Amino acid sequence: MKRIVMAAAGLATSFALPALAEDIKVGLMLPYSGTYASLGNDIEAGFRLGLDTYGADTGVTFDILTEDTEAKPPVALGKAKKLILQDRVDVLSGIVSSGVLGAMRDLIHGSEVPLIVANAGNDEATGEACSPWITRLSFSNGQVNRPMGTWLHEQGVGKVYTLAPDYAAGRQMIDAFTASFTDAGGEIVGQQFTPFGKTQDFGPYLAKAQASGADAVYVFYAGGEAISFVKQYDSFGLKADLPLYGAGFLTSPLYVNAEGPAAEGVIAALHYVPTIENDANAAFTTAFMAETGRLPSEYSVQGYDAARALVEAVKSGATDRASLGAALRKVSFDGPRGKLSIDPVTNNLIQPIYVYETVAGDDGLTQKVLATLPASADPANGCELAPVSN
Amino acid sequence: MTSDLGFWTLQALNALQLSMLLFLLSIGLTVIFGLMHFVNLAHGSLYAVGAYAGAAAAAVGGFWMGLFVAPVAVAGMGVLLYSGLIKRMRRSGPMAQVLVTFGLIFVLLDLTRIFWGDLPLAIEKPGFLSGRVALLGIEYPAYRLFVIALGLAIFTGLAWVLGQTQVGAMIRAGVDNDAMAACLGINVERLFFTVFCVGCALAGLAGVVAAPLLSVTPDMGLQILIPTLIVIVIGGLGSLKGAIAGSLIYGFVQTFGAVLAPQLASVLIYALLAAVLVIRPMGLFPAKG
Repeated sequence: MKRIVMAAAGLATSFALPALAEDIKVGLMLPYSGTYASLGNDIEAGFRLGLDTYGADTGVTFDILTEDTEAKPPVALGKAKKLILQDRVDVLSGIVSSGVLGAMRDLIHGSEVPLIVANAGNDEATGEACSPWITRLSFSNGQVNRPMGTWLHEQGVGKVYTLAPDYAAGRQMIDAFTASFTDAGGEIVGQQFTPFGKTQDFGPYLAKAQASGADAVYVFYAGGEAISFVKQYDSFGLKADLPLYGAGFLTSPLYVNAEGPAAEGVIAALHYVPTIENDANAAFTTAFMAETGRLPSEYSVQGYDAARALVEAVKSGATDRASLGAALRKVSFDGPRGKLSIDPVTNNLIQPIYVYETVAGDDGLTQKVLATLPASADPANGCELAPVSN
Repeated sequence: MTSDLGFWTLQALNALQLSMLLFLLSIGLTVIFGLMHFVNLAHGSLYAVGAYAGAAAAAVGGFWMGLFVAPVAVAGMGVLLYSGLIKRMRRSGPMAQVLVTFGLIFVLLDLTRIFWGDLPLAIEKPGFLSGRVALLGIEYPAYRLFVIALGLAIFTGLAWVLGQTQVGAMIRAGVDNDAMAACLGINVERLFFTVFCVGCALAGLAGVVAAPLLSVTPDMGLQILIPTLIVIVIGGLGSLKGAIAGSLIYGFVQTFGAVLAPQLASVLIYALLAAVLVIRPMGLFPAKG
């Protein structure tokens, strides 16, 4: 229905401005099954809302083709080939898993189809394996955690114990935190990487953290592991003496209610929470609530901004793969997350990071923003992109 | 490494807690296998269904309602599975059985997603179990002690039923030699059916008991399946003693492995499994001599 309305809107404006009437085919690649299905659905809801909100007055019809990546690299690679070769999409978006992004990189780079990354945060994608065709509108693992090391030390925390699942993202998140925390003068008294996806009981690790003599614990966990971790941390009564900090996925609004009171008082850093105060966010949260009946998460805003970036690129005159790819590298706008721009050196998003505390609100848990840490570009890490041409 | 005694007490309790959770799951699986020679790979999915059914009931009537509803609901599902699928598969050989129950994992996974969605659910602990108890010089979460106590109670109950009652004698006879047991006038089919349903109920119970500790997600059944299989292979198929021994070994190796040799934590248990398979291929306490 919405597509018809939008097509009609596009048709109506196309009479007025016939030169602008275009069809942009968007391939949206997200996991709709498996562990990350809830993330996929959240990103799609944001993406469609973004196109509805900003795309209506462009005179262009956006045709969305969705494909289920199952968060598995071989599956995603097959689907990407189908979208690029058979459906001949103008632009790809989505990608939740870093593994999938890594597997698709060479295909994207070789076939010269622009990809707007709407989640996957592996540092390499906008570092040593960067590509002018890959533009990231979500975050990088390092970006979310780096400012937190400095901030935490400024709060008077001297000794920290870190925990994270033992896989690439877990290590990148913790490494970025560790580097900035020790640079600021802090001390890491212990580090533990738990078997990824196999750890049911965090009890053994929590007892070690408790015995380490740390002032605080800094962790990265997401999804089911985050819920188990936060609940178990609270059940051992550690929160009082050993405050819990982390990358904000730990208490994401998407599943914080499954953590319940155990999440209260946890302080974490993230690129978006629904309680950020600005006009764009107010409009976004209201529209998202009306559409889905719940508050948006960081995943929904990534979808929303990915769609917005596409619309901005189209508005600047881009019509095909090549021009979209070039235009996407130059987008910048004020969105729900604040001022966003693309770093010309790496094609990663430059955005502020928010430190928030999970507190009890009138209806369930809510996020209280404690600090806004200024936006900074990631180090290039060997990425050498040609300067943006005009 | 710390020499504080409290630290080690705490870790021992952690190990015991994990063992009891695995015991609740593995006992059902191992007895079903021992008696029926039927590998039910979907046992982990029944655990997930138990957690979801428990979460749904707990949202209405609190934790205790969930604790009651989950085993009943999963036992009910066991009835359906047995009469609809497993009874037919009884004579079709292990490979077909493994494939069918493997397929069942994915069917149940998607059914839970369709019914309850992708977002994780939660069960709140009842008030008096949400605090901590001072014990042996340390403070330990009351709910974890409850899990340990429940596991021990179920173990004692099953040991009594299997060792002292007539039904227990019939089950042991069936495990030893089902053809001979049938000749002696035992209705082996009915026995199979009962044992299967009790095994399912225990899987459901394990699911709802685990829910307040972990999170209720669609893939929780897949995550627990491998540990459960390791437990019954180490312990020996078909025996209660094997299930409790396997669970304790798994719990203690996993917990103390994570403490003493964290880099090896994820391979340690597999190394042990391989060692057991080489030295005692039937497991430590197999049901049959």
